[in-house]
Formats: sequence, C-alpha cells, structure tokens
Amino acid sequence: MRDVAVIGIGLTKFGELWEKSFRDLITEAGIKAIEDAGISGREIDGIYVGSMSAGRFVGQEHVGALVADSAGLTGVPSTRVESACASGGLAFRQAYLAVASGIHDMVVVGGVEKMTDVVSTEATNTLATAADQEWESFFGATFPALYALIATRHMYEYGTTREQLAQVAVKNHANGALNPNAHFRRKISVDDVLNSSPVAYPLRLLDCSPVSDGAAAVILCPLKDAKKYTDKIVKIIGSGQASDTLALHSRDDICTFKSTVLASKMAYKQAKIKPKDIDVAEVHDCFTIAEILATEDLGFFKKGEGSKAVEEGLTEINGTIPINTSGGLKAKGHPVGATGVAQIAEIVMQLRGEADRRQVKDAEIGLTHNIGGSGASCAVHILEVV
Amino acid sequence: MTTHYHLVSKFWREIPHRYNLIGTRCGECKTVYFPPRNVCPRCRRSSIGKMEKYKLKGKGKIYTYTIIHVAPETFEDEIPYIIAIVKLDEGPMVTSQIVDCNPDKIKIGMPVEIAFRKIQEDGDTGAIYYGYKFRPIKR
Repeated sequence: MRDVAVIGIGLTKFGELWEKSFRDLITEAGIKAIEDAGISGREIDGIYVGSMSAGRFVGQEHVGALVADSAGLTGVPSTRVESACASGGLAFRQAYLAVASGIHDMVVVGGVEKMTDVVSTEATNTLATAADQEWESFFGATFPALYALIATRHMYEYGTTREQLAQVAVKNHANGALNPNAHFRRKISVDDVLNSSPVAYPLRLLDCSPVSDGAAAVILCPLKDAKKYTDKIVKIIGSGQASDTLALHSRDDICTFKSTVLASKMAYKQAKIKPKDIDVAEVHDCFTIAEILATEDLGFFKKGEGSKAVEEGLTEINGTIPINTSGGLKAKGHPVGATGVAQIAEIVMQLRGEADRRQVKDAEIGLTHNIGGSGASCAVHILEVV
Repeated sequence: MTTHYHLVSKFWREIPHRYNLIGTRCGECKTVYFPPRNVCPRCRRSSIGKMEKYKLKGKGKIYTYTIIHVAPETFEDEIPYIIAIVKLDEGPMVTSQIVDCNPDKIKIGMPVEIAFRKIQEDGDTGAIYYGYKFRPIKR
C-alpha cells in the first residue's frame, strides 16, 4: 500500500442554486479542485463520484460517465458510488484505495447532489429511500422520524435535554455564518430552534439539515508525488468503513451507531492514534441528535456525555475538540452526495491553515465522519498535515 | 390526484408478515426474527434451510417513539400520528404506528398489542394496503 495525499480541493457554494444544473455543479467543483492542485487535468487517470439519487432528484442515472463527459475527461474510468448520505465518503475511500493500491496515480473524487429541481415532498421521499422501505417507510416512518426515535431514547437513557439538542444547531449555525460557501449564514438562538415548527417529536425544523444543491471535489495522488504540486501536503493516515442493519429496529442499541464505532476503530488503528489526538472533526449532523451520537461513538466523549459537552462549549471552534467548523450539514447544507467530500475539503482547509475566521489553532490532525441513512453505512477518514 | 405505479405483487407477497406477524426462527440457535430473515446473522451458513416460519403473538412494549408532524402525502391525513419501535415479547423489535392513543399519553415502556389496520393507499386508484399497527393494552 502506498501513502496517499490530498493535493487539491474544490467546493461550490451550497444552497438553493436554481441557476445551476447537476452538470454545472460537479464540473465547477472539479475544475476548482484541479486548479487548487495545480495540475493540468491530463494527469487524471481515475474518477470516483458520490451521488445518492441523481435518478430521482434529476431523473438521471449513469452518473459516472456523465461526470467524465461534462468535465471533458472522457476515456478516463469513472465510477459512481452510492451509499445514501455516505455516498461521498465512500467514493473518497474507493479513490483512496485505488491510489494506495497502485492502480491509479491521480484521481479526482467528486460528490454532488442537485436536490431542488423537484418539489420538496419528492425530495423528502427520495431521502427516505435511505431507510428500510418495506419495514420502516411503509408504515409511515419518515427519515426525520428515525432520528427522532433515537433522540427520544437518548433522552430517556442519558437525560439529554431538548435544549442540548438545540445547542448543536446554534453552534453549527454560528460556524456556518463564518463559511462563505454555507447554505445558511445566519446565527440562531436556542429559542429559535425550540420555537421552529415541529417535524417529528422531539425534533423541530431547526434540528434538521436542509435540502441543498452543491458539489465538492478533491484530488488524490501518491504521497511521494505530492511535493511536485504543493508544499502544504495533507496525508490520509486512516480510512475506515463499516455497515449495519438497514433498519433501526433490528439493532440491540439505537443510541450508538455500531458502523461509526467500527469504521472509526479501523481508521484510528491504521493512523496509530487515539480520539484525543484529533484536533478538528467534521461529523455527520443530519439532525442535531446525530452530532451528539457521533461525538460519543467516535470516542471524543463517553456515551451519554455528548450532549453535556455541547452545552459546555467543548465542541465550539475554540473548544477542546472543535466539531463541524464548516457549519456541518445543519448550516453548511447537505447536498447528500457532496457531503462526504465537502467534509474532506473542510478538514484539508483546516490542516493547511486556510480556514480563515473558522480556523482551529494549530490543527494538525483532522477527522471526517460520514453516515448513510440511520447509520447503516459509515466512512471515517483521518488526515494529517505533513 | 396521484396515479398509482406499483403492481400488487410487491405487497401481496408480504401479506403473511404484514397481516399475521409471521416472522422466522433460526432452527440452529432458536432466535426469532421479525421482519423475517432468510439467513440467521448469528449462525450464518449453518442456518441455511433451517429458518422456520414463526408467528409472533403481537404483544410488546414501547421501546422508543416519535410524533410525526410532517408526513408523505399518503400519511398526511393522519397527522399528528405516533411512530414507535415496539419491543415484542419474543425479542424482535418492529417499527409501527401506534393507534387508539393520544400522542400526549405515549410513553416508553407502555404495553401494546397488535391491531390490524389500513396502512396506506397507492394514489387514488391504486391498491389499499393493510397491515399491523399497535395500540395500548387496556387494563
């Protein structure tokens, strides 16, 4: 296995981008990443792209070829990766494995979703396909409902409060306000969250990540070649992936995502580090409760203490473990397939010291955590500046 | 008006499970599964060909719940409705609506029993789907 570096990143703005198509978005992100890496584009010998449901959001499958085509890279092998909301994170891992194995030498990983070309009920129904259609959705369980079921149980078992959930959204909106690419750049208060319209008790509108358009791309090459392109080299030191039952009800404990625990163990082991060594992390906060679960399952806090940590400000930009400096899925936006790749881009910015007003001081090691559905798939990556 | 686009086989083949709560039991380790499984995740290969039909009694307790305020079109008329994970007495857990219960009264640990109800319909002209919901056990 070869060591692999990230040498370029590209992001579109996230939000309701009515003037931009699926092709526009992924091409824009890809070109930005190529420019950031300082390569011509001819070096690229592999493409991986994460997209959850182009088939339903824009009525287009065969996304791998489409992306190669619109980027002017026909001829290059191009593979679409789908794992619901973890599509981007899994695409990144496939690209990492392809370069590490020696099969490819310069790979672009994209992630994209164009979600606002359909009415919101169709977008919601499409997102619900990440759940078990036959045994959850059929009975009227919406996607937010699944996370609400987790939240109710987490409140029951660990005493997590409604206000603590709201504080996750408040923090992430404060971070998003500092991110020029974020969907929402507006601070909110705990009261705003508590007074927002109910979606699925105990979750309200401002507990939920939005439906966004957007794309992200990063360029990977062998570490030994990275010096040719950049002097701020970010190395991938750990990669993990795991799966779990599709339906929540098939698990012994719904207050922990076993896929997160397993994927992070795999990544920590490869990186030879412990959770306390992480300086900054982007975690999958599709709903406020999801961030609390993630910070516990990744080992930053003991089970049941994630909510208290948010309340105490430990996960703020200047806290002991800054979480979701980008604004997270909550405020940065959640164009599903783009999310996992955008997380990598944020961590690369942090490790290069380019995160501007949301910069974490002396950040050297960062982690990304991308979840599919209600935890049935998970990708965790650990990056270090060298 | 919504047009229907599913053929009935998709729902017809689930009738034993959704009408009668028939799951499976592993012939090796005797673990009961609902929804039914073709392979026992514990015994894996040694369970193949040994998964038996197993009818669950349809009694259990609320493990966790939510109250839905934003729902897909087919469930919109029922808002607000309760969705819960019910832990059945035989062990497995299921996701289901809880009916005949005021949303303010729902609680973790509440004993419930199966109720056969209409679940949803496929547009205005498609099939009507039935199946299990759960309701509080009256004392």
